[in-house]
Amino acid sequence: MSSPARAEAPAVSRESGRLLRYVDALREAVAQEMEADERVFVLGLDVDDHKGIQGSTLGLQGRFGTERIFNTPLSEDAMTGVAIGAAIAGLRPIHVHIRMDFLMLCMNQLVNMAAKMHYMYGGTVTVPLVVRSMIGKSWGQGAQHSQGLYSMFMHVPGLKVVAPSNAHDAKGCLIAAIRDDNPVIFVEHRLLYGTEAFVDEAPFTVEFGKARIAVPGNDITLVGVSNMVVECLRAQELLSEVGISAEVLDPISLVPLDFDTILASARRTGCVLVVDNAWTTCGASAEIIARLAEATSGGDAKPIVMRRMGFAPTTCPTTPALEQTFYPNPATIASAVHSLVRPKAKAWSPAPERAVLAYQRQFRGPF
Amino acid sequence: MPSPAKLTSEDIRRIYRSLRLIRRAEEEIARVYPSDRIKSPVHLSIGQEAVAVGVCDALTGDDVVSGTYRGHATYLAKGGDLNAMMAELFGKVTGCARGKGGSMHLVEMSKNVLGASAVVGTTIPLAVGYALALRREGRGRVAAAFFGDGATEEGVFYESLNFASLHKLPVVFVCENNFYAIHTPLTKRWASEALCGRVANFGIPTHRITDSDVFAIRRIVADAVAEMRQGAGPIFLECHTYRWREHVGPMEDYEAGYRDRNDMETWRATDQLERVGALLDATTRGKINIEIEKEIAAAIEFADQSPFPPPEELHTHVFAGQS
Repeated sequence: MSSPARAEAPAVSRESGRLLRYVDALREAVAQEMEADERVFVLGLDVDDHKGIQGSTLGLQGRFGTERIFNTPLSEDAMTGVAIGAAIAGLRPIHVHIRMDFLMLCMNQLVNMAAKMHYMYGGTVTVPLVVRSMIGKSWGQGAQHSQGLYSMFMHVPGLKVVAPSNAHDAKGCLIAAIRDDNPVIFVEHRLLYGTEAFVDEAPFTVEFGKARIAVPGNDITLVGVSNMVVECLRAQELLSEVGISAEVLDPISLVPLDFDTILASARRTGCVLVVDNAWTTCGASAEIIARLAEATSGGDAKPIVMRRMGFAPTTCPTTPALEQTFYPNPATIASAVHSLVRPKAKAWSPAPERAVLAYQRQFRGPF
Repeated sequence: MPSPAKLTSEDIRRIYRSLRLIRRAEEEIARVYPSDRIKSPVHLSIGQEAVAVGVCDALTGDDVVSGTYRGHATYLAKGGDLNAMMAELFGKVTGCARGKGGSMHLVEMSKNVLGASAVVGTTIPLAVGYALALRREGRGRVAAAFFGDGATEEGVFYESLNFASLHKLPVVFVCENNFYAIHTPLTKRWASEALCGRVANFGIPTHRITDSDVFAIRRIVADAVAEMRQGAGPIFLECHTYRWREHVGPMEDYEAGYRDRNDMETWRATDQLERVGALLDATTRGKINIEIEKEIAAAIEFADQSPFPPPEELHTHVFAGQS
């Protein structure tokens, strides 16, 4: 595959590694950890078929055998329990879901068991479980193949939630998740799969709870979640053309959340827009804004302007005619930033054709 | 009931001891309960002990069990520490879960007692997953999953049976069928009573034990486990049994009207504790009884004297590696 999304990859690990697609970074992370630690294994529907979860598990069974990477019945509820049972027995399972929507069938095991076991069993049990799940978008993914449901897991103590936005972080976060002794909800985005970044070949970890300043700026703090980092970066480019300097932050992990970095940036710029690939109500964006409000209300400091963007408060429609307004995009983000930074100026929006991203244009589905 | 074949006097002594310990520990819990020193809802196993004891006596210390919120019997039958259990009920830091789990979440990993869950059916796939790890380990260990009749109504039960059978995992599925999900009888819940038939459709051998015969349960499990250690897949036991006390709490509840005291009296007439005790001479039995009373008194004393967790304990163990 060519690399049309190259320019959109956040500037990380610039001086080392080689350009690698997100999907290949995921596969490389798993392969390296399976090589290094025989307790690591992979299970999930279709992990060993000819498509290999869009390529992210392709070839692993040939290399590591059917005992360490195997297909499962759908049975999401029981298979999550099986993964947890294997985890408390000392193995390190990676349970793969081709769409995040199916995690709703795992809620009992993840919320009532995985999240709580270390605590309710007085620290005598650990659950080193990774739950990989992919969010879909476009080409008619629609109501049940497009949801960014991670805030449901953020709500529950005991679960870590990570949403890497680029190939470098995908590899580093997945290795960190596999090595973590806690259950980690690992959030991937389908459109990111083809995007490339510089990624070291040797195994490395990206630390949870440490946000990255993807692009520094002075006028506004733009916090993007998951693929919305990519959309924010394009908005930042468009905004720079009209003289607005946006700082783009990538939290990388939502639990733990590096709130200090977000707060410091917000205090400096005086203006924050959180852009989430999810609904705003009770979402990651709501949590970030709430914490900012708590941390900055009262006192003499100048109030910080805050706003959220996310999915329209509707079910995701399949028709592109409606879907295009369901999501934030670089044009709507840039326009919102402009109105926040220059509230008295006339409304501005970049030309729509300049806001279309390569990863979006490139995606032809079907899945 | 046929007389127990191939059992040594030591076997009978051990089985009696286990039955008696569970019965008396729970009777004492019920006695202490109104004092409010026990800070936990208790779901007593009184009357149901024979299932846990029969199964666990056929296992070794290396084998694994997972239980339910009605789990005192499973925990004790598998060798869980009585002091740690009692302290857990009292909410003390010396409890098996440091006072953070209570009666419904007993655990003792050093004795291979997996933690119990209050959400019905939830631990069934965990036992299957543990068995997956045991099969990979290759040492011939097995896992026994205990659950009630209500759990067989959960989808996860059938999902777990399918996966365990598909991969021929070493799991003893044990249904403690006491005929009630809280207060609702089977007749309002099951379209067909053919539970074993439902399970057999997954290719799993089934056994239906309707009289709670502790020796029969033990023999079935012992035979099956011997085969599992050589690579055989799961089995399923439907063990009829009867809960003598209320669903949750220390009292009886026959006046509530949802069941008849006569049903309990029928079960009490074949009480396995009495039956096994009668196989021992009075001296042996009396000696065991005295030991057990001392152990229980010591456990209550231990729980009483133990400290509560310090306030900062609230925030420990949210994440592993954090405390």
